[in-house]
Amino acid sequence: MDKAKQSKVLVALSLLLPSSVVHADWSVNMRQGVTDISRQVYDLHMLIFWVCVVIGVLVFSVMIYSMLVHRKSLGAVPADFHDNTKIEILWTIVPVIILVAMAIPATTTLTAMYDAGNSEIDIEVRGLQWKWQYTYLNDDPTKEVKFISSLLTPQDEIKNEVLKREHYLLDVDNELVIPINTRVRFLVTSGDTLHAWWVPDFAIKRDAIPGFVHEAWTVVDTPGTYRGQCAELCGKEHGFMPVVVRAVERAEYDTWLASKQEEARLVYETVGKEWTQDELMVKGEEVYGRVCSACHQKNGQGLPPAFPSLVGQGLAVGPMADHLDIVLNGKAGTAMQSFKGQLNAAEIAAVVTYERNAWGNNMDDSIQPREVNNMMSTGQ
Amino acid sequence: MSAIIEEHHHDDHHHGPAKGLMRWVFTTNHKDIGTLYLWFSFAMFLLGGTFALVIRAELFQPGLQLVEPAFFNQMTTMHGLIMVFGAVMPAFVGLANWLVPMMIGAPDMALPRMNNYSFWILPFAFTMLASTLFMEGGGPNFGWTFYAPLSTDFAPPSVTYFIFAVHLMGISSIMGSINVVVTILNLRAPGMTLMQMPLFVWTWLITAYLLIAVMPVLAGVVTMMLMDIHFGTAFFNAGGGGDPVLFQHVFWFFGHPEVYIMILPAFGVVSAIIPTFARKRLFGYASMVYATSSIAFLSFIVWAHHMFTVGMPLAGELYFMYATMLIAVPTGVKVFNWVATMWQGSMTFETPMLFAIAFVILFTIGGLSGLMLSIAPADFQYQDTYFVVAHFHYVLVPGSIFSIMAAVYYWLPKWTGNMYDETLGKTHFWLSFVGVNVTFFPQHFIGLAGMPRRIPDYALQFADYNMVSSVGAFLFGFSQLLFLFIVIKCIKTGKKATAQVWEGAHGLEWTIPSPAPYHTFSHPDEVDLKEAHG
Repeated sequence: MDKAKQSKVLVALSLLLPSSVVHADWSVNMRQGVTDISRQVYDLHMLIFWVCVVIGVLVFSVMIYSMLVHRKSLGAVPADFHDNTKIEILWTIVPVIILVAMAIPATTTLTAMYDAGNSEIDIEVRGLQWKWQYTYLNDDPTKEVKFISSLLTPQDEIKNEVLKREHYLLDVDNELVIPINTRVRFLVTSGDTLHAWWVPDFAIKRDAIPGFVHEAWTVVDTPGTYRGQCAELCGKEHGFMPVVVRAVERAEYDTWLASKQEEARLVYETVGKEWTQDELMVKGEEVYGRVCSACHQKNGQGLPPAFPSLVGQGLAVGPMADHLDIVLNGKAGTAMQSFKGQLNAAEIAAVVTYERNAWGNNMDDSIQPREVNNMMSTGQ
Repeated sequence: MSAIIEEHHHDDHHHGPAKGLMRWVFTTNHKDIGTLYLWFSFAMFLLGGTFALVIRAELFQPGLQLVEPAFFNQMTTMHGLIMVFGAVMPAFVGLANWLVPMMIGAPDMALPRMNNYSFWILPFAFTMLASTLFMEGGGPNFGWTFYAPLSTDFAPPSVTYFIFAVHLMGISSIMGSINVVVTILNLRAPGMTLMQMPLFVWTWLITAYLLIAVMPVLAGVVTMMLMDIHFGTAFFNAGGGGDPVLFQHVFWFFGHPEVYIMILPAFGVVSAIIPTFARKRLFGYASMVYATSSIAFLSFIVWAHHMFTVGMPLAGELYFMYATMLIAVPTGVKVFNWVATMWQGSMTFETPMLFAIAFVILFTIGGLSGLMLSIAPADFQYQDTYFVVAHFHYVLVPGSIFSIMAAVYYWLPKWTGNMYDETLGKTHFWLSFVGVNVTFFPQHFIGLAGMPRRIPDYALQFADYNMVSSVGAFLFGFSQLLFLFIVIKCIKTGKKATAQVWEGAHGLEWTIPSPAPYHTFSHPDEVDLKEAHG
């Protein structure tokens, strides 16, 4: 009885709490989505759902009727039957027929989902701890657009210090952009551990597995922004790597792609120029805040022992070569991952320079993006 | 052979249980070992439940309030491992120990010393597993399914202790199940045929074979992990020529039969309780045996339905979809048989019956959502969401765990000699029933709406149902303290139970006095086969 009271108090308390919930809703069902396939999946889901409801209602009605009527307290006398081959055969055959009826549309939809040929646009989706890397594959390597898409929700919203905004945890810095009414193929893989790339509105969920490339495809028919999340446990920040896809008109897509290709060219060029210490520090602080601070913390103090402090100890005040090595290649057996696939040479040069000269670390040295680029391209 | 039994029989009459703590350490008595298993299981149930409440407390509201994501992952992992290997499986082994010999008219389990070993391994295995939470880098944080490479290349150092603990649990399970098989096949009372055995004995016989078949596979997969981590192999490392998907195939070849290991004995329990309180023989005994065997067979050939999104070829997807859908047939047969047993019975609704009926209804709901999950194209939307969490908790909590509670209430008077407090028992049932549904039913909705499982924080549209679910979890969790109180009260005091205990109860265990003497059926003459049920 105490427990019942306790839970009532809990409910009452929960109603009193200042609600940080902006867009709460009570939706109960799967999304229909914005592709032909996703609507087929939705229909399939509703069909099997209603089949289950009918079976459930029939079985439970018989049970409940029996519980109400065949009670000892009403003077019911037990019957003597305990076997009936005919009825046993009947309730084996009927479910088989229902299952076959279900299997037919399921097979049709599944076969359609697996037909991934004839795509106009191929995008490599690479899961990384804990962000997505998108590459618009292009035969001309200088036109290959490649970027990282990671969580935009700031830490203070997650830690409940400020009000949570719309799209809390479902917002990214760089959305994947695709054109509508165009067949787009996704080649899903992983650079570290397992992830799963999931966009509910497209009914696409594909595990990202290191060493494998799996296909999925879609033709979106409605412009809009579609949000999903990583669906396979991938470590500490698994809950914080959303998928956001913006589907736009073809013309808008072409403009966007052209500007991205131009950006890619510029980034490539920055690697060539001589950077000043100040430029590296500014860039480094930005990269550090985005990439490193989740583990090593904003103030560089880390969270020992899992995430060591960088202040006044360790590699950040040791030889430059060792420091670069760990950022480029990671450290096996720890959470420190390899960043050479995720950050470009300018970003790595900047962040290493920043770590050696921030928070009272006073190494007074720096490294040029050009040098890092040389190391990366020679595979060091 | 008869001389040995004679001699043994002679000895038995001169000693009861040893005194003091050593009774429990050295005991080879099936009833003592059954009791040990059941108490151990309850302790693990509370520990795993505490971890679940940490999870639900963190998920009460969006944002991170109580725990860090790294610790949250350890909680989801440890909750799963402790509940599966520490709570549900040992509880059923405890029931088997207590009941199988009494149901088949045997004096004890066939291998009593091994029985003692297989229990006493467990406290050490779970102490080791739980101690990883205090190690540098924390405990296992890769989910109870411990998919590689998260559990190998990316695992905390404590993973080695986890591997050793899993090996110990496997050894314990294999020894326990060999004991069950040998006991059932060799120690049935003279004249008792297999088709005269109570269904609980049948389901445990089949379960024991499943265990013997798949626990070595689990041992194999953790050994491959150990090799990858410490000895430079690359079974699961794509960079070294290995295959991360291989891990999932091997794991689920163990894992799918494992989920039936946790439900088949529950079928046996419910098949004992419903006829008693309906005062009517079980409908379709033979078809129940065949259905159980079919489910056990199918459990070996459907494993990859846990892996519809790993990118299997179309033919593979279709095969595993069809095979999985087939399981609905024998499972349906069992449900229909239980309903037919109730039909035109003369029912009363004591606590065991309430739990058994709730089992049939809620397990069926879990079974139907399982049927939905078998539809591969729809599974792309369900996979790894709270819809799956709702599904397997419906079959495990109001499924396996309700059946264990039903069994405890049903046989407790036989074990202790006292009736439990019926009012408190019913209160416990209704609190648990409401708690379980409030916890898990809304999880279907948040799963369909798109919330992935194993995340410490979630988008705002999932907030309301998560709050409801957390309230239900605390209600369910704290209700179990009432269960503890009822059991202790029943051990200490209560109305004296008769030998038959329940008006409609049939079977050999109801022919011996309550509480059951320390040694029963020491001689075949004591067995009255007319009372054997089936």
